[in-house]
Amino acid sequence: MAKYLLLKHYRGAPAAINDVPMDRWSPEEISAHIQYMNDFAARLEKTGEFVDGQALAPEGAWVRYDGEGRPPVTDGPFAETKDLIAGWMVIDVDSYERAVELAGELSAAPGAGGKPIHEWLELRPFLTEPPTITE
Amino acid sequence: MDEALPRSLTPSVIAVLVRRGADFAAAEDAVQDALVEALRVGAADPSPSSSGSGHPVRDTKGWLVTVAWRKFLDATRADAARRRREKRVEEEPAPGPPPAVDDTLQLYFLCAHPSLTPASAVALTLRAVGGLTTRQIAQAYLVPESTMAQRISRAKRTVSGVRLDRPGDVATVLRVLYLVFNEGYSGDVDLAAEAIRLTRQLAARIDHPEVAGLLALMLLHHARRAARTASDGSLVPLAEQDRGRWDTALIAEGVGILQAALARDRLGEFQAQAAIAALHADAPTAEETDWVQIVEWYDELTRLTDSPVVRLNRAVAVGEADGPRAGLAALSELDASSPSSRLRSSSGGHPVPRHTAVAAYLHERDGDLATAARLYAEAAHKAPNLAERDHLMRQAARLNARRDR
Repeated sequence: MAKYLLLKHYRGAPAAINDVPMDRWSPEEISAHIQYMNDFAARLEKTGEFVDGQALAPEGAWVRYDGEGRPPVTDGPFAETKDLIAGWMVIDVDSYERAVELAGELSAAPGAGGKPIHEWLELRPFLTEPPTITE
Repeated sequence: MDEALPRSLTPSVIAVLVRRGADFAAAEDAVQDALVEALRVGAADPSPSSSGSGHPVRDTKGWLVTVAWRKFLDATRADAARRRREKRVEEEPAPGPPPAVDDTLQLYFLCAHPSLTPASAVALTLRAVGGLTTRQIAQAYLVPESTMAQRISRAKRTVSGVRLDRPGDVATVLRVLYLVFNEGYSGDVDLAAEAIRLTRQLAARIDHPEVAGLLALMLLHHARRAARTASDGSLVPLAEQDRGRWDTALIAEGVGILQAALARDRLGEFQAQAAIAALHADAPTAEETDWVQIVEWYDELTRLTDSPVVRLNRAVAVGEADGPRAGLAALSELDASSPSSRLRSSSGGHPVPRHTAVAAYLHERDGDLATAARLYAEAAHKAPNLAERDHLMRQAARLNARRDR
């Protein structure tokens, strides 16, 4: 009963083993990849461990407050941004070990040549509510 | 109708359906449907419970049994029709013999069956014993309703082969109730209060000192609830709580239950934990806390569980009883006895929560403010929840501000 965020990066993660950019895959390989991701999410819904999943567009903007009565300032996108999030999945699992197991499965999604990508996924625990019993 | 009344009748209504020949999964579904209907038409008051007929419990139960049985028959007919269409022949489950033991008690055992994961056992217990709806449980645990529905139906499949007429293990039930109580999520449903209700109901059905111990532990901690958080939502540590806001009636009840349990001389971890909570409750001020006795109870707990978390809490108590140097010595003993230099919990690769926070506190009391501030900041960084992180960060900031002056 702990929630974890699985983060998939466009950029910023260590290099995957099967590190071929998606535009060099065959269309069938792309379909197989997407199918794998969908099946994975569907399976987690069935096990009662799925909370949320979303994909993000690679391009965004920076926004900040610019003082009373003024519209927010926007800037970017900056091409030099080192870390770029591609999407996330939130899972609710019984243990850290289970979270690692699931992240490992997600990382095995097929890529070029139909072989697992072995991409690095970032696993981040949610901060929870404090426990009731403290001593 | 009073919302709590139909919920409290849930296990006994499930039992009636099971005795009439429904299997557990179908009976549980039907009763859930009936409860949802009770909630839906609640405003119109479908039961005669408040119309002055004099038997609210019996009448509400009768209403629930009638509606649930109808739901069960509807589902069975729909199911049978579907099966005929699919040309599959399957025998209806034969009605089992009437169970020899308390039905409600059996449901506690079933819902906490060791084949279930903790999250599944918690969800199934809240639904089948607690009578909460899937939506309420999903909201309480911050997951989508469909996810919670799947978790529950999977849990029901897992226990579908378990017979309802054999006693189970009380310890597994207590672990589930402890989880419900300790997971402080806030939603529409007060899970701590629900855990107390379910533990009370269990204690009324089974004579077991650890059930009493857990109930006492819950009551003693629940008594402090109002004092635990400031108006801005920040955490107030035990030593700084306004003890005038503790609920003395709950404390008195918890202490009474604990004393009766301890008198039976079958000590267990929940009784020992409750004893520690009772000693805190007994101190009119933080300074008057009987830390020497608390250390002794931690020694008992260490003997019973040998958990690193317990030994960490013991180090805090030693620090209070014998001074910060003794506390730090207890902490280093703990580090030395664990496999790596960083303390690991038995459950896996995580450092024990609050270890760094405890070290920070003991160094502060020992007068080493620089180390304490550094450790508080490190502890904040590692804190598993937001309230604790903010609290620890304020401690670091407080010490740094004092040193910079």
